[in-house]
Amino acid sequence: MPNDQRPLPTPTPETAHFWEGCKAGELRLQRCTGCDGSYFPPRPFCPACGSRDVEVYAASGKASLYSYVINHRPPPGFGSDPYAIAVVTLAEGPRMMTNIVESPQTPEALKLDMPLTVTFEAFGEIALPFFKPAGV
Amino acid sequence: MHHVLITHGESGRSRVGASRFARNMASLQGQFEVPYGIGGPPTMFTIPTLRYMQTHGVTEEDLARVAVVQRQWAAMNPRASYRDPLSLDDVLNSEMIAWPFRKLMCCLVTDGGGALILTSAERARDFPQKPVYVLGTGESTETPMISQMEDFTSSRAFRVSGALAFKEAGIRQADVDHLMIYDAFAHLPLYGLEDLGFCEPGEAKHFYRDGLTAPGGKLPLNTNGGGLSYMHSGMYGMYALQEGVRQMRGIAPAQVEGAKISVCHGVGGMFAASGTVIFGNEAV
Ligand SMILES: [Zn+2]
Repeated sequence: MPNDQRPLPTPTPETAHFWEGCKAGELRLQRCTGCDGSYFPPRPFCPACGSRDVEVYAASGKASLYSYVINHRPPPGFGSDPYAIAVVTLAEGPRMMTNIVESPQTPEALKLDMPLTVTFEAFGEIALPFFKPAGV
Repeated sequence: MHHVLITHGESGRSRVGASRFARNMASLQGQFEVPYGIGGPPTMFTIPTLRYMQTHGVTEEDLARVAVVQRQWAAMNPRASYRDPLSLDDVLNSEMIAWPFRKLMCCLVTDGGGALILTSAERARDFPQKPVYVLGTGESTETPMISQMEDFTSSRAFRVSGALAFKEAGIRQADVDHLMIYDAFAHLPLYGLEDLGFCEPGEAKHFYRDGLTAPGGKLPLNTNGGGLSYMHSGMYGMYALQEGVRQMRGIAPAQVEGAKISVCHGVGGMFAASGTVIFGNEAV
């Protein structure tokens, strides 16, 4: 997007693995070695059972479109064109907020449940995970 | 028994004393939601709605109808900010804010304030104003991150707080004469009707299509005109409670004849939290 001055995340010790993964082109999730559940956003314990016995792994990067709005009043740093703020369901189960790229930002182009693939865009020291229509 | 004064005042429109919405980019919301361009309630509270619409065959016209019906109530309220009749076309042609939400599906931004006195039934007996009784209450939370809500077609916080309040009051949905559901945006009365148990998931749209929540309908809802037409200073709960109190006293501008039980359902931090209060009057 032109004039992209979006606010960027400040990683913390609990989330550093995720942001390092994005820079390396990997979408890193965590899962509990006890109950086998994948979860997001990052935290050092399993939200299902409370266990701290958790591991980081590289997710497939596949997802489907769960819901979205198309923001017609962009906040400062997001240019002037309408854009979709989406929530996707990752193939591994967890959901995350993102933007959909390489697609018109219209209801006609953005169909719920459409298959998506992760892609990363660098903003200085941070790389953000976006999603694009699968096969694009 | 202590006597409690509950007050609320807020310069939502004039912004007197208002602080800027501070964002901590190290918080989970700052790291995993803000970078994608959420700009406040119009782009956060609304995100689940498309999934709800697709799941239940709810149309943009159904969202617009919520605003149209609430304007019908507002027309009867001399204090309402907007009282002129609205058509579905008016709403569907209003400025796009965050598709599928248009301006007239979003609440007003006004100044406002209110107060309530909470005391014992015994102490209230000789007050100059008719007392209203709290029959039941419930509170609940889910998640402060809209993206992490368990199910985008239903609010867990709504379901839990509503069930707690109905249980404490010992009433069923069929006993309710009057209903207030915090309407920051047009989808919330639809979620509220379903999550509070007034109908099955997906059926709330029919309450509006069939006029059940409109003046003259079986379940009068948001009878002050709501956040969409009456007023909304930023946190609307006080005003929803006050309309429930007026209805139970029999002094509301759009009074529901013979109403004995009123349910008032509020939201907090968008879908993050909710509270339900059930009022009754001396007839209960
Ligand atoms: Zn676990």
